[in-house]
Amino acid sequence: MDLELMLTSLPKLLYASLVTLKLLASSLIVGLILAVFFSIMRISKNRFLFYLSYIFSNLFRGTPLLVQIFIIYYGFGQIEYLRSTIFWVIFKEPFGCAMLALSLNTAAYTSEILRSAFETIKIGYIEAGQSLGLSKGTIFFKIKVPIAIHQSLSAYGNEIILLMKGTALASTVTLMDITGVAKNIISTSFKPIEVFIVAGSIYLCLTFLIQYFIKIAENKFKINV
Amino acid sequence: MEYLYFGAKGWGDELFFAVLMTIAVSIAAMAIGILFSFIFTPLKLSKFFFLRLIANSYTTFVRGIPELLIIYLFFFGGSASLMFVAKLFGYNGYIEINAFITGAFAIGIISGAYSTEVFRGAVQSLDKGQFEASKVLGLKKPVYFFKIILPQILRLAIPNLNNVWQITLKDTSLISVTGLVEIMRQSYIAAGSTRDPLFFYSLAAVLYLVLTIVSLKFFNKIEKKYKVGY
Repeated sequence: MDLELMLTSLPKLLYASLVTLKLLASSLIVGLILAVFFSIMRISKNRFLFYLSYIFSNLFRGTPLLVQIFIIYYGFGQIEYLRSTIFWVIFKEPFGCAMLALSLNTAAYTSEILRSAFETIKIGYIEAGQSLGLSKGTIFFKIKVPIAIHQSLSAYGNEIILLMKGTALASTVTLMDITGVAKNIISTSFKPIEVFIVAGSIYLCLTFLIQYFIKIAENKFKINV
Repeated sequence: MEYLYFGAKGWGDELFFAVLMTIAVSIAAMAIGILFSFIFTPLKLSKFFFLRLIANSYTTFVRGIPELLIIYLFFFGGSASLMFVAKLFGYNGYIEINAFITGAFAIGIISGAYSTEVFRGAVQSLDKGQFEASKVLGLKKPVYFFKIILPQILRLAIPNLNNVWQITLKDTSLISVTGLVEIMRQSYIAAGSTRDPLFFYSLAAVLYLVLTIVSLKFFNKIEKKYKVGY
């Protein structure tokens, strides 16, 4: 066991975890916003919106994340027209491409979580709201949304952990996150086990942190249903 | 469309064999994973704290660390530890383990953690009366396990094993970093030589989509077969 290597690689990997966290946070926010839209489309009565959301979600859940990242990073750069649009700001950087792929991927999974949360709300709660004469907006924001959040929090926590693990794939498009730096150190030092222990521990700490925050959120949104 | 010609002109035959490789490595990984879950599920349900600790650390570590990092560990660490052993016997050359074996093993260990959770959940949701009744009837252990418990576990586990299979199938795309020529690696090679990544990666997405949809249909059939009531 090479303790010296572990100690010297720790600060490098900790610094790289900033990239991982930045990627995680940004795709989490964008993904959640997209997921809310897609889940509303999924429960809407409009057939077109329903199928649009259905196809989106199955397309992204049926293919590996790595393929999605490669299509966006290597594939979209090929489209000449894209270079002249404002979106090129996102596509020209590996960070933007990885973030876009991760956002869309997590949006597909999260929209399914939200959809099932909305669908399992007992009709009685909505009827109770209607008989109290509450407006449609009030029923949605004061009854449906809190219950849906409560229902989906634990599944969403798992999704955040999956997304965190997914950020490792950004290293395949030259992004220097924890996994990217770890691979670099391994290929120069030929000591995979030591580096794996340090990098793996950082990831595990992140996993535990996410689980801890989800627990807090679950307590906060505790409602007696 | 000439990209898809078979033979030296196109990439049709190469991609066909790449699909077969993806299927082969997925099945191997799934089988290794189920084998692992047969070891770790009893440990997880054991009365002894130490055995439970081993099984819990396995599932927690594997599910909390990115798959890609685990693959790098096996890819770089596998041959490194083998070379270390070889050095003890006086061999100083470079040894490389077969990419298929490393890949199937790495993905198998990941898949095994998920399978373990599936089987643990299935055993725990079995009605306690089933265990007690078989004890009262004085059934021998193998009879009791194979005739009473296992069929019920399978019935409960198969829908979730379907999910594990989907995860495993998609995870095999990560083995491409080790150089095993499956769908992803073949698309990478083809995209590099034709300078048309958009076409080949989109094709790879379609191939994966076909594989997931076909296997979903297959699993639905098995599910129906095992979905017998009490």
